[in-house]
Amino acid sequence: EAEGCCLRPFSCEQGLLSRPDGSAAFVQGDTSVLAGLYGPAEVRGSRELPDRAALEVLLRPKVGLPGVGDRSREQLLRQTCDAVLLGGLHPRTGITLVLQVLSDAGSAPQLLSCCLNAACLGLLDAGLPLCSLFCGVSCALGPQGGIILDPTSRQEQ
Amino acid sequence: MRATPLSNCERRFLLRAIAERKRLDGRQCYDYRNVRITFGTDCGCCVVELGKTRVLAQVSCELVPPKPNRPTEGILFFNLELSPMAAPGFEPGRQPELLVKLNRLIERCLRNSRCIDTESLCVVAGEKVWQIRLDLHLLNHDGNIVDAASIAGIVALCHFRRPDVSVQGEDVTVYTPEERDPVPLSIHHMPICVSFAFFQQGTYLLVDPSEREECVMDGVLVIAMNKHREICTMQSSGGIMLVKDQVLRCSRIAAVKVAEITELIQKALQNDQRVRKEGGRFGFAEHIPSQKITAFKTERTAVDTNDVEEQVEEIIAKADPPSEDFAKPILHSPGTAQIGEGIESSWGDLEESDKGEEAEEEEDSEAAASERQQIEREDVRTEAKDEPIVLSDSEEEEVVVLEPQELPRRTRTQATPKQESTSKKTVNRRRKKRAAR
Repeated sequence: EAEGCCLRPFSCEQGLLSRPDGSAAFVQGDTSVLAGLYGPAEVRGSRELPDRAALEVLLRPKVGLPGVGDRSREQLLRQTCDAVLLGGLHPRTGITLVLQVLSDAGSAPQLLSCCLNAACLGLLDAGLPLCSLFCGVSCALGPQGGIILDPTSRQEQ
Repeated sequence: MRATPLSNCERRFLLRAIAERKRLDGRQCYDYRNVRITFGTDCGCCVVELGKTRVLAQVSCELVPPKPNRPTEGILFFNLELSPMAAPGFEPGRQPELLVKLNRLIERCLRNSRCIDTESLCVVAGEKVWQIRLDLHLLNHDGNIVDAASIAGIVALCHFRRPDVSVQGEDVTVYTPEERDPVPLSIHHMPICVSFAFFQQGTYLLVDPSEREECVMDGVLVIAMNKHREICTMQSSGGIMLVKDQVLRCSRIAAVKVAEITELIQKALQNDQRVRKEGGRFGFAEHIPSQKITAFKTERTAVDTNDVEEQVEEIIAKADPPSEDFAKPILHSPGTAQIGEGIESSWGDLEESDKGEEAEEEEDSEAAASERQQIEREDVRTEAKDEPIVLSDSEEEEVVVLEPQELPRRTRTQATPKQESTSKKTVNRRRKKRAAR
C-alpha cells in the first residue's frame, strides 16, 4: 500500500506568541493546534507539590465548552508530560500548558497526535528541562491487516 | 498564576513618555498597529493579529426552533473567551469582569447594529431557523482586545458559508457542501470598534493602546462605526469626563481608521476567495513562514512499514535504558547543593594545562626550585595511578596521547586524588607568592 506508508506534510512554528513563556503551533493536514506554556511560576497553595512542579494541562476546543473527550486528552497529555518533565528541579512551582484547537478535521486520534507534538514543541520553546522528547503519530489497521500511517478522515471511515 | 504587577517606575516612565508624545513602539498618537488576517481551511475560521494581540474566530451554524417571541428571525450567539495562554493573569476558573465587559461590547457592536440580516436565516417560520454562533478566542493579550475581536468577528461572519436549504411544503432538505455550494450570510455593513485611551484627565489621547499603555490609562472610549460613517455603538469606561469636542474628534478619527480597516478586510476576503476558486493552497499551513529559523515545514515523507516488528525490536535493543531518577541533593555546606554526581570533565588534559601554568610560574618567581620539583613529582605519581602515560618536564620524550573514549565514562570519585593534587598545588603556589613578596 503505497498510500499507507506516507506521513502527510506537516509544518510547525515556535515562539509565535509574545506573552507565554513558550508557544508552538503544529499544523498537520487540516488539523492544527496552538500550544502556550507558562512556567515554572507561582502556584496557589492547594495545588503546590513539595518535591516537584505541578503540571496543569488545559485543552480548549474551537466551538463550545470542553467535553469528556477533551478531558481524557488532557489527562493523557498530563501523564506524558509528567513522565518527561524533570519536575524535581523546580519544586513548589506550577507549569501550565494551554492547548487551543485552531482547526479540526473531525478525527480524534489525529487531534491527539497533533496535541502531543504541539505540547512537545511548546515545552522545548519554554526551555523547560526534559529528560527526552516525545511525539505522536496516528495509525490505523487496514481491513487486510496492513498499517496505514496518518490516515485522513475518509480513510478512517 | 499571578500576573506581574506594573512597577511604579514603569508607570512613571510611560506617563512621561506619553506627555512628550512618545510611544514605546515608536508609533504616532493616532497610528494603528499592523493588522494581519489569515484564514483557515474551513469556512468561517480566521485569525486576526493586531500587532501582537491575536484573536481566533470561528462561526458555526445549527438548525434550531426559533425564539417564541420572534418566530421568523434567526438566532445569533456571540461568545468571547480569554484563553489562559493569552496572559498570565487569566485563569480557567475565575474570569475577570473584563470578560463580561468585552462580551457586552461585542454583542452590542454586532447584534444591535443589525449588521446581519436575521430574517434571511429563517427556514420554516415558527419551526426551524438557523442559529449562527460566533466563538472568539483571545490567544495573546498585547492590548486592545476589543478592536481585534470585532475585526475577527466581522471577518469570520463574512467568510462563513452556511449549507443551502430548500423547503418543499413540509420537507426541509439541507444540502451537504458536495451537493450544493454553501451560501454566504447576508451582511448589510461591517461595524468595527476603535478604542481611544485617555491619560492625565483627558489631556492626552492615544489610538489603539498596547497592553502597557492600557495599564496606565485613565479611561477608554470605544466607538463602533462602519465605513458609511454610521456610529453603531459607543462606550466610555473608566470614569473619565469627556468634553463634547473630544468625542467629536474621536469620531472623526474613528471614521478614517474604519475606512482603512474595511478596505484591508475586503482585500483579504477577495484574496482568499480567489485562492480557493483557483484551487491553490490555503489554510494556516500556508501562513507559517518558510525562511524563519523557528518554523519548519516538510512535504510528504514516506515511512517504510514492512518488517515493522523487526525494526522496532532493533530500535528498542539499541536504545539507551531510561536514566535513573535524580538522587537526593547532596549538601556540601549551607547554601550549596549538588544534584547528581556529574561526569568527568572532557575539556582536554588537565596535566597539559598545569604544565603551561608551571612554565609561567618559572618565569615569574625565582624562589624555591625544590618546591616545584616536589609538585611535579606529586603530579607524576598521581597521574601514574590513573592514566597509562608517563609525563616529565623534558620535551624530548615522546608524549602519549590519551584515548578520547576513556575519559567520559569515569566518574568524579576516581578523579578526586587529582583534584586534591591541584588544590595542593594552588596552596603551594600561594605559599610561593607570599615567599616571593
